[in-house]
Amino acid sequence: MSVITYRQALRDTLRAEMVRDENVLVIGEEIGVFEGSYKITEGLLKEFGPRRVKDTPIAEEGFVGAAIGAAMLGLRPVVELMTINFSLIAIDQIINHAAKIYGMFGGQTSVPLVIRTPGGGGQQLGATHSQNIELFYSFIPGLKVMAPSTPAEASSMLRAAIRDDDPVLFLENLGLYNSKGEVPDDYAEPKNDNVATIGRAAVTREGSDITLIGYSRMAMVAGQVAEKLADEGISVEVVDLRSLRPLDRQTFVDSVKKTGAAVICEDDWLTYGIGAEIAASIQEGAFDYLDAPVRRVAMAEVPMPYAKPLETAALPSVESITTAIKETLSAVGKRVG
Amino acid sequence: MADTAKPKGGSARASGSRRRSRKDTNGLGNETPETLLDYYRQMLFIRRFEERTGQAYTQARIGGYCHLNLGEEATVVGLMTALQERDYLFTNYRDHGYAIGKGMDPKRVMAELYGRVDGVSKGWGGSMHMYDTETRMLGGYGIVGGQLPLATGAALAVTYRGGDEVVMCQMGDGTTNIGAWHESLNIAKLWNLPIVFVVINNFTGMGTTVEMSSAEPDLYKRGSAYRIEGERVDGRDVLAVRDTASRLIERAREEQTPFILEAWSYRKKGHSVVDPAKYRTDEQRELASADENDPVLTFGDQLAKAGILTDELREEIAASVKAEVAEAADFAENSAKPDPSTLFDYTYATPVPNESRRMPADPVFAE
Repeated sequence: MSVITYRQALRDTLRAEMVRDENVLVIGEEIGVFEGSYKITEGLLKEFGPRRVKDTPIAEEGFVGAAIGAAMLGLRPVVELMTINFSLIAIDQIINHAAKIYGMFGGQTSVPLVIRTPGGGGQQLGATHSQNIELFYSFIPGLKVMAPSTPAEASSMLRAAIRDDDPVLFLENLGLYNSKGEVPDDYAEPKNDNVATIGRAAVTREGSDITLIGYSRMAMVAGQVAEKLADEGISVEVVDLRSLRPLDRQTFVDSVKKTGAAVICEDDWLTYGIGAEIAASIQEGAFDYLDAPVRRVAMAEVPMPYAKPLETAALPSVESITTAIKETLSAVGKRVG
Repeated sequence: MADTAKPKGGSARASGSRRRSRKDTNGLGNETPETLLDYYRQMLFIRRFEERTGQAYTQARIGGYCHLNLGEEATVVGLMTALQERDYLFTNYRDHGYAIGKGMDPKRVMAELYGRVDGVSKGWGGSMHMYDTETRMLGGYGIVGGQLPLATGAALAVTYRGGDEVVMCQMGDGTTNIGAWHESLNIAKLWNLPIVFVVINNFTGMGTTVEMSSAEPDLYKRGSAYRIEGERVDGRDVLAVRDTASRLIERAREEQTPFILEAWSYRKKGHSVVDPAKYRTDEQRELASADENDPVLTFGDQLAKAGILTDELREEIAASVKAEVAEAADFAENSAKPDPSTLFDYTYATPVPNESRRMPADPVFAE
């Protein structure tokens, strides 16, 4: 095992897949000469040239659509959208085309496309650059939506996304790029077949008092919360959703059946958010096992402010999640520290 | 201004900007009678196929939105004969004639309209979504402008592999005002892609005229900001369309660069089958129904005058077309309806765990 950043895991895996398969090309703004806004594509233009590393004009609808069209003819484009906020400009191509072409034409042509894009608040980027709108894509049958939270997942899940024949929205996070974690020593080998299963959640930490559910950056934060509460004698089971569509309900429902209580933490807005779907699934799948109402910790429902104290107040945190867990356990009647 | 027979400012690249002269010789060039009769038959076939489609729609055998190629037959046949078999085609939702022209079996096109399992898209697409990998008609698309980035990407895939195919991307006049048009033109030119964007100018986007919607109503000029050459052709003239399209297609193949072709003609009926086109002025209505603007009629008369289409032959072709259209309708009528058990067959190409197969009233967690 070696310890690397989430960023490096993505970069090296992308490179390995480009070495492995001539049909893999990367398309996006500032990914070649500039080497990527977040340097995920660093070095790729030098190694693979402009045919396989295509810098685009600022035309998200145009180049996302072009990637879909290229995928229809059998290429396997990996598109980088600088942030998920910019996907809104390409949303017709993603939802009305990428997600529909396989079904709408009776299964004649698949769309083996990956759209990599980071979400994430907390960088003082203000209202239009801090949204977490993966919900829009998670809502759509025909798309697959993946959200890795660790470098190891970033690697095995990106490999899975590229090798899958369906369009995958691959959600990264600005707050995770520099996070570190263990990966297998051969993670960057083109011959590596460590491919994650799309559609599976994972229990990333076992516990018995309460289930804490998150994805992407919030799965990492959930781990930190569990670690902290362990010191106080509270045993938190953490579920990392990993795949937002398909959604692995059974994994978190089984966990809730075991613990009897659940808190969901999410970086998006609460009303109609992904947590709402998780909570609804829990009430349907584990109704008789619940000892307290399911709680959600989510962003405050405001356009994200720029000023740091306001931004910090709007975002879920270790503290706010901790509070929700303790209040839930109090409702259950368990001792809390 | 309302409909004008010839769009204003159509003088540049005059080759296709006027009606093919029919004064000198017979206006039919050096075409063999077989070729000319084949075009005539194809045009008549689309006319009758679309009429039958409209009829089946009013009888509720066809559902959804339904847009017909009536009045556009010369353009459809001219464009489709200009394409090579290996070339790719993307169109908008007014796609029945193009599907047939690119080589799809009319029986399966009609079955698609009827929503049956033998339809080209197995009943999943309907009128707006004809698709066939085999004949490289990569889709009718229902979202205006949606096909433009896709077609551009298909051309990218062609060049990525060093292929010599060309992509044709058909659209209506209204599409030249959407962002995808501008983004696609820019990308196609920047990346030197072999694609011909074909704008079908029938003077109205639904009911909105070109002059009401386009600040530059000479649509073939709208690539000038991207240094893309454009030409305009009389879309009522099958040979003019074929010749101009062929030239641009072969130039795109040769020079690896995009072109724009504007083909104008009259939409005989409303925007879709259910549109009575009440917004049309008297002048517009007259133009749309005038015999001289009916490409099937005028081409037939032209061939008759040249002695190629005898009365006897005309009747013979009419009868065989009628029979073939009836056969298509019978085929569609007798094709099976899709079974609800196949509802989840085409959500994903790669099966993964936890795909939902829940029917509307099913619980999320099945026992």
